Amino acid sequence: MHAFIGIDLGSTTTKAVVLDENMDVLGRGITNSRANYDTACKVAKYEALLSARFMLLQRGLASVAAAEVRLEDFLGSLERSFRLGQFVEQIEDLEATCLEKAKGRRFEGREEAIAEAIREIFVALRADAPALFARDARRKSDFFRDLAGSRFMAVGQKIAKAANISYDLLLNVYDKAIIEVENRPPSGDVTEKLRRAFERLIEISPELADLVGQVSAPVAAALAAEIEEVSVVGTGYGRVTLPFPKENIRSEILCHGLGAHMMYPGTRTVLDIGGQDTKAIQVDDQGIVENFQMNDRCAAGCGRYLGYIADEMNMGVHELGPLAMQATRSVRINSTCTVFAGAELRDRLALGEKREDIISGLHRAIILRAMSIISRSGGVRDEFTFTGGVAKNEAAVKELRQLITENYGDVVININPDSIYTGALGAAAFARRAISQ
Amino acid sequence: MTNIPAAQTIKDSSMLKQKEMITGNYSKLETAAADGRKVVATFVPGNLNELIMCFDMLNNLPEINAIQNGMRKKTGGYIMEAEKRGHSEDVCTYVKADLGMIAKGNIGPDGQKLPDPDLLLLSYTGCFTFMKWFELLREQYKCETAMLHVPYQGDGQVTQNMVSYVVKQIREEVIPKLERVSGVKFDIDRLRENLARSARAEEDLVWVLESAKAKPSPIDAYFGGVYYIGPIFTAFRGTEDAVEYYRLLRAEIGERLARGQGPVTPAGDMPSERYRLVVEGPPNWTSFRDFWKMFYEEGAVVVASTYSKVGGLYDLGFRHDPDRPLESLAEYCLGCYTNRNLPARIDLIEKYMDEYQADGLLINSIKSCNSFSAGQLLVLREIERRTGKPGAFIESDLVDPRYFSPANIKNRLESYFQMVDQRRAGGKSAARAA
Repeated sequence: MHAFIGIDLGSTTTKAVVLDENMDVLGRGITNSRANYDTACKVAKYEALLSARFMLLQRGLASVAAAEVRLEDFLGSLERSFRLGQFVEQIEDLEATCLEKAKGRRFEGREEAIAEAIREIFVALRADAPALFARDARRKSDFFRDLAGSRFMAVGQKIAKAANISYDLLLNVYDKAIIEVENRPPSGDVTEKLRRAFERLIEISPELADLVGQVSAPVAAALAAEIEEVSVVGTGYGRVTLPFPKENIRSEILCHGLGAHMMYPGTRTVLDIGGQDTKAIQVDDQGIVENFQMNDRCAAGCGRYLGYIADEMNMGVHELGPLAMQATRSVRINSTCTVFAGAELRDRLALGEKREDIISGLHRAIILRAMSIISRSGGVRDEFTFTGGVAKNEAAVKELRQLITENYGDVVININPDSIYTGALGAAAFARRAISQ
Repeated sequence: MTNIPAAQTIKDSSMLKQKEMITGNYSKLETAAADGRKVVATFVPGNLNELIMCFDMLNNLPEINAIQNGMRKKTGGYIMEAEKRGHSEDVCTYVKADLGMIAKGNIGPDGQKLPDPDLLLLSYTGCFTFMKWFELLREQYKCETAMLHVPYQGDGQVTQNMVSYVVKQIREEVIPKLERVSGVKFDIDRLRENLARSARAEEDLVWVLESAKAKPSPIDAYFGGVYYIGPIFTAFRGTEDAVEYYRLLRAEIGERLARGQGPVTPAGDMPSERYRLVVEGPPNWTSFRDFWKMFYEEGAVVVASTYSKVGGLYDLGFRHDPDRPLESLAEYCLGCYTNRNLPARIDLIEKYMDEYQADGLLINSIKSCNSFSAGQLLVLREIERRTGKPGAFIESDLVDPRYFSPANIKNRLESYFQMVDQRRAGGKSAARAA
């Protein structure tokens, strides 16, 4: 099977999309961008190809005569089993790397005690792992750095105290090790790992016994199918570092325009709020960019704004939207400057305003800023498509809907649950079309 | 086409000539007091250089000092100095660069001390900031000030009344002050001779600017253009030096045109012309080379620019006229680009888009220059509507290095160039056009 891959190297996350020859999406992958775009690119691509493999599995299972819900459950279990296997593999790598980092003059005399503590921490981390990937488990993040880091810190503090060694020292070892591990792209054969995950799943899931006979052959076939990378196109801020020729690099403006057009062919105006920029793009009926505007002298009103606010509030960025949705009123935030908005936030808190009402006001501020960029690009035309990480934030979406209706009347507003992949989708489409020429 | 190393291109005689002229003028300014020469400070748009020359006075242009300092990366410190002294962050950065330079000892861009002016000649009022700038300088130097009020072309045209009004001021306000300060009696025949030389140089400049109508264009009318307009916009219009400079330049560009060569860039000859652009707005000076590189590396040539018309719109036919000396000075002041209303600016840009066969319009919007920036988005949209060609909008500043964000600007330009590619391929689907 031929695969066409688009990679969008964002400031916060790196996304990849795999298309088949018919321009259907086979798979999507996402990872944190780290400070290393090369690795981020590899990991995102790996994840997208993995998800493509699951798509093939799903297609293969279509012929199996079993309740759809059971098959979905089987695939979900298989993915969790695979993720767990991968997580454990990385945990082992992290442990080995930590042990390596805990050597040298700084550790003289305490080497054994520290190594012992590290080993103890990792025993706990490994024991915790299955629960992280259990059915219905809630994870704050899917990125290894976040998952391993939060557990390491929680466990490490206790163990350090008990062993009477410096927690800071352990943390220092961890910090050095995680950068290395995180920047080692996943190795080994995906299909082989999937096979092992399948075997592990059968072993531990007696309830699947009756299904095994039916699914074994399609699973084997789907895992044996070859996915051939025909062409890769990159976009995003890190695009110049991509290891392929200039013809295979497109600006994210073009990719977002085309990606939005592919998701919703009626799209005429696209708003993308990413980590460090906000783009308003006007496209024609073919997805060709007619005009665009971006913030450029100042980053106020971008995704990072919410990240900063989340830090100020000591919350996760994904918790902001739900909190804002609980607001009964919206506190007016005047500042468009991210840092000043932080000051305003503390000021309002001190005045006794409710957290949710303030956060709701901050969402409104970011959207007001986006509205100004949209109007500079030529306003909102029907249909309107909202993309980027911020499109996942329900409070931001609510404000946007309201402001668009107020200013432009009745307009179709499209928000795709996979909107974060819009740029990568456009890039993949460029990859597909470049070959067909 | 082979790339000529940058070192070789620097040997162009016109470039050497211009360098010599600029250095010569700064040297004269440094020794003005010792030589007993009086100094006028004035602005580029609407400058009355031919008239100033009639009084043996030297011409010092604060805007040019700011630009030269910007290109030498000295303005960042000067602007900080001016802000320290109470000038707001939003004030025109030419003003702050100038005030900062004065505060730090008034050493000019090439390291020579600049003289105190004997007369502040505010010859153009279309930029309101000029007036405030000279107020500050008057406070500093306590010297004589002459203000020539130039009416704005609100209705898009210059009327006889407007010309008479300006001529009257030149005759009754400007000339008497120049006579008084310099001690030299006004001689209209001398002015006529200067104007005749101006017209000769103007003729050659227009030829050079219009050479960009050729494909490929032998010049870049923005990044190269700012060098080409140097002498005629500043202290040299009306001099024999300027006539010589433009004669040399025309010959050099004529040769490039005959050989089918593209423009000279800091990296040598531009190998291929991929995009032809019209640019509106001044360039950024503190990152001038980096900014230019973002264009020539992509094969983008600016074929016409409005900035190269701030000191006179000669390509629309205006020439200084020895037979109507004061009237033609008045018409010159009235006709500067920033004295034109928005519809006239739009018409001009449309004409450029058409006559120079441009692929699109790019606007560099300057944070601290309202004279240029007000209404620019309207200009952009109207040009897009009229020509069907794509436009783009970037933002930077004149000489404040803090307002040039290279990654963002490069990103926008690349997006814009790819958008031009896509649109050129028009009709086909977006992805296929890539």
